Amino acid sequence: MALLETQGLTANYGDFQALFGVDVVLSEAETIAIIGANGAGKTTLMRSISGVLQNAPDMVRFEGQGIGALPADEIMAQGVAMVPEGRRLFPSLTVEENLMIGTYGRSTGGHWSLETIYDLFPILKERRHNPGTALSGGQQQMVAIGRALMSNPRVLLCDEISLGLAPVVIKDIYKAVPAIQAAGASIIVVEQDIGQAMAVADRVYCMMEGRVTLSGTPSELSREAIHDAYFGAGH
Amino acid sequence: MIWVDTIVQGILLGGLYALFAAGLSLVFGIMRLVNLAHGDLIVMGAYLILVLVTLLGLPPFVALLFAVPLMFAFGWGLQKFLLNRTLGDDILPPLLVTFGLSIVLQNALLEGFSADSQRLPTDALTTASVAVGPLNLGVMPLLTFASAIAVIIGLNQLFYRTSLGRAFRATSDDAVTASLMGIKPANIFATATGIALVIVAIAALYLGLRSNFDPNVGPARLIYAFEAVIIGGLGSLWGTLVGGIIIGVAQTVGAALNPEWQILSGHLAFLVVLLVRPRGLFPRAHD
Repeated sequence: MALLETQGLTANYGDFQALFGVDVVLSEAETIAIIGANGAGKTTLMRSISGVLQNAPDMVRFEGQGIGALPADEIMAQGVAMVPEGRRLFPSLTVEENLMIGTYGRSTGGHWSLETIYDLFPILKERRHNPGTALSGGQQQMVAIGRALMSNPRVLLCDEISLGLAPVVIKDIYKAVPAIQAAGASIIVVEQDIGQAMAVADRVYCMMEGRVTLSGTPSELSREAIHDAYFGAGH
Repeated sequence: MIWVDTIVQGILLGGLYALFAAGLSLVFGIMRLVNLAHGDLIVMGAYLILVLVTLLGLPPFVALLFAVPLMFAFGWGLQKFLLNRTLGDDILPPLLVTFGLSIVLQNALLEGFSADSQRLPTDALTTASVAVGPLNLGVMPLLTFASAIAVIIGLNQLFYRTSLGRAFRATSDDAVTASLMGIKPANIFATATGIALVIVAIAALYLGLRSNFDPNVGPARLIYAFEAVIIGGLGSLWGTLVGGIIIGVAQTVGAALNPEWQILSGHLAFLVVLLVRPRGLFPRAHD
């Protein structure tokens, strides 16, 4: 059974419709990637799943329950944690406080704690008393991921975690993925970096203009098919 | 020597103004809400304590213990069901609604208690004084000042040592991202206003013990509170204490020069600080 799925998900910003019936399925212990150009609707999809945007209840289902209409804090409490686009660390909080706030709405116990996050990203331990925003972009991304992991989520949503980071830093961050999977989280990554998405994901969805235009396992998808799905056929 | 006495009295008076201001500062710091009814809420708190004293025959300090949970509940509900609806990108709705609330409170108090000036019953403690070296300090001003320090230390502990405090700061930074951490911003704001009204109850106790009050004295308390907050720098609690002290000292020094200058010199001190440091003495690094 699907752990989390969207069924005919639509989303609007005022008069502007951003999603037109998106169906995405995430199974237990799976990692999927959503790829697509700017404006394809990837971030809107993540905001709809995480409850920042609200929808009809059955448009988003988690463990068989319709959660589409729930607010973000209740979805998080059920075990769907988000690493938002742009990291969004709290400037008034230190690195360690940023991590600790991850347990505010859900503290179930489990693999992830301050110690295991520091094992995963040792640099954060050295800088734990610094303000979160005093760190480099890559380190801030580690804090944002750690903050989401602190609640021991069932599903981890990662929105554009490689955006604006140097390739070597991106590689460092993606090295954490196997440990996150091993601790029992299923993952949805949104990526513009197709190579990175193909390397990490069991299945890939490609979006364009608010619709899923292609999906499959990385081995099934040819470069040409992805190119067409990304930019539209005829380019 | 008389000048030392004047300045010390002014510092102690600053404690009262800091108590008036701390709740205002707390609410503004967390949700950028300027509560124009703050002074009237202090007066309402004083009447609440007066009612508890009169009906239950309690001493004022014991009545405060009963007033605290009532004021917390009132603040929680006020924020949750009224003020939260005014929050948004536009700063005008909270100003209009709290301005209206101020008028409603004044008129409700006028209906309920008439325009007669009231005072909480005083006992020997109220007029007692202790000799500190050559100075004679009133016990009541000392208690007021100590309470202001205790409130500010307590709030700082809450902010920087507890999970709720982290949630306050995170929500103040970015309410949408805070909701992704499982925080309900609407409830965090309601709790903050509840705590602000607990401080209002403490301020109300000293207002009622130290001076007469009637339903119309709220706006003047609001002005002192505002000035203390602005002098200190928005959102800084210790800055608010310093702001209160500056106004208090300016008032007692002004009064020592000429009794008519007391109120005026407090406002002048505020204007001077505003000219020299428009963002206050201890502005927040980021805003």
